[in-house]
Amino acid sequence: MELFELTVHELHEKLKRKEVSSVEVTKAMLARIAATDATVNAFITVCPEAALASAAEADKRIAGKEMEILTGIPLALKDIFLTKGMRTTCASKILDSFVPPYDATSWLKLKNQGAVLLGKLNQDEFAMGSSCESSAFGPTRNPWNPECIPGGSSGGSAAAIAAQQAITTLGTDTGGSIRQPASHCGCVGLKPTYGRVSRYGVIAYASSLDQVGPVTRDVRDAAIMLGAVAGYDPLDSTSVERPVPDYLNSLQPDVKGLKIGLPKEYYIDGLHPDVKKALELAIETYRGMGAEFIDISLPHTDYAVACYYLIATAEASSNLARYDGVRFGHRTSESCGLNEMISRSRDEGFGAEVKRRIMLGTYALSSGYYDAYYIKAQKVRTLIMQDFLKAFEKVDVILTPVAPTPAFKIGEKSSDPLQMYLSDIFTIPVNLAGTCGISVPAGISKDGLPIGLQLIGKPFCEETIIRAGYAFEQATEWHTKKATL
Amino acid sequence: MRITRKEVEHVATLARLKLDEEEISTFTGQMDAILSYVDTLSQLNTDGIIPTSHAVPMENAFRPDETRPSLGTENALANAPERTDDFFKVPKVIE
Repeated sequence: MELFELTVHELHEKLKRKEVSSVEVTKAMLARIAATDATVNAFITVCPEAALASAAEADKRIAGKEMEILTGIPLALKDIFLTKGMRTTCASKILDSFVPPYDATSWLKLKNQGAVLLGKLNQDEFAMGSSCESSAFGPTRNPWNPECIPGGSSGGSAAAIAAQQAITTLGTDTGGSIRQPASHCGCVGLKPTYGRVSRYGVIAYASSLDQVGPVTRDVRDAAIMLGAVAGYDPLDSTSVERPVPDYLNSLQPDVKGLKIGLPKEYYIDGLHPDVKKALELAIETYRGMGAEFIDISLPHTDYAVACYYLIATAEASSNLARYDGVRFGHRTSESCGLNEMISRSRDEGFGAEVKRRIMLGTYALSSGYYDAYYIKAQKVRTLIMQDFLKAFEKVDVILTPVAPTPAFKIGEKSSDPLQMYLSDIFTIPVNLAGTCGISVPAGISKDGLPIGLQLIGKPFCEETIIRAGYAFEQATEWHTKKATL
Repeated sequence: MRITRKEVEHVATLARLKLDEEEISTFTGQMDAILSYVDTLSQLNTDGIIPTSHAVPMENAFRPDETRPSLGTENALANAPERTDDFFKVPKVIE
């Protein structure tokens, strides 16, 4: 097995036993990136020198027996995480040359363990998209089939894992942006409960929905990464003061008596036959392990996409008002007055999808439409949350598809924003309800593309979805399948 | 039509986006389609439902009013498109 194929836990053991050094493995990762990224385009920025310097530091820590689980592990971050001294673009021209003066809390926690940052990963611009096609740095390609999208918005994170360019990654999830690309690239993607992980230093898209989480090779790595980044942060007043459990204790292949809900609104006619088949097989697998299935209903599912596109765009229009060409970011070279300077800088700096969402959000918040659109959507959000609360009175977890189809072709949906939005129908409700979900590999389509299943847990019950995901992984071999590049 | 070209121009002004003619045409059509779709929400009776602005129940988050180290002038200005001394420089505000 090549070094770049290892999981975090496998590499950790090798580093601990001194079978390999962090510098050696970092060199292997950099060589792998150089060999594959012309095809995949998962990286916006690669930092070989900084990575090798941190790897050398990590090797000293390992020699001095000050090793933690992520010490010396080469990883990469979605380019939405602020990294002190390393360019952070959010895949937008407006931040093309932005170098953050501080670190995101989640990155700082990994850095303090001695993790090695290889570089920054591609994504949809400002995390707005489901395909990675809205990046100002060109689309990322799916390592399983370069004609297909890797999913989005954390498409670079999933593609880098599938292409074996990083041992582990972090992404963010506002409407499915971790789980959907993980599903399309055959990775594990975990979206924690809102408030579980600090958002400090994560470039904001929709603040009431955004959450940080890992995209990894297996469930054990997802548990390791969640444990490393979770917890209250005084710098993010929406992070929640609750103790962080040891998620490794949840790695038990035991689902006997676990009550799994199947919401009828998610098993619809529009489901791709290969996705349907993968889910049926998954249900059989769980049944064989002693899990109990209960039919449930989440009656407001059909309204989730509409609700999301009003709330998310409204919050985005407010969050993105900060890009005004004054304090940081792109400023137009035209000479003009202040208002004209701001409007021109924003028009030049933002791509089409970002402008479309700012426009939609501004409209939904504008005088005369605020009640009909924004407040209405917030009320529907309450109904969607209540659907989940009611369902969780009867079940421990909910099992659903991640996306209605496997990865689609690049360009297939880019001219029709509404069709693109509808591809997030099964992941969006989890963000609106603020709860947690995990995507785990569960099949391969006839065309050779990965298919994931989604396990949705109660708020702050990441342990349950980790246990259920781990049990499935141990009983199947989908997570061992690899893309051939 | 849910939204007119004139309204799109007005929203662009509110959003501080200097859109060109082509963008205004494209967005008018696309926003019209999206707004027709989101109008499905009006089918739902939401009388008496409390709007949710935040998914996790939370009281106001207070912290002690104490001075702490901050970014500092040089760090804050490091990414400025234009600066003069210790200030961000902008075009003339009052004509």
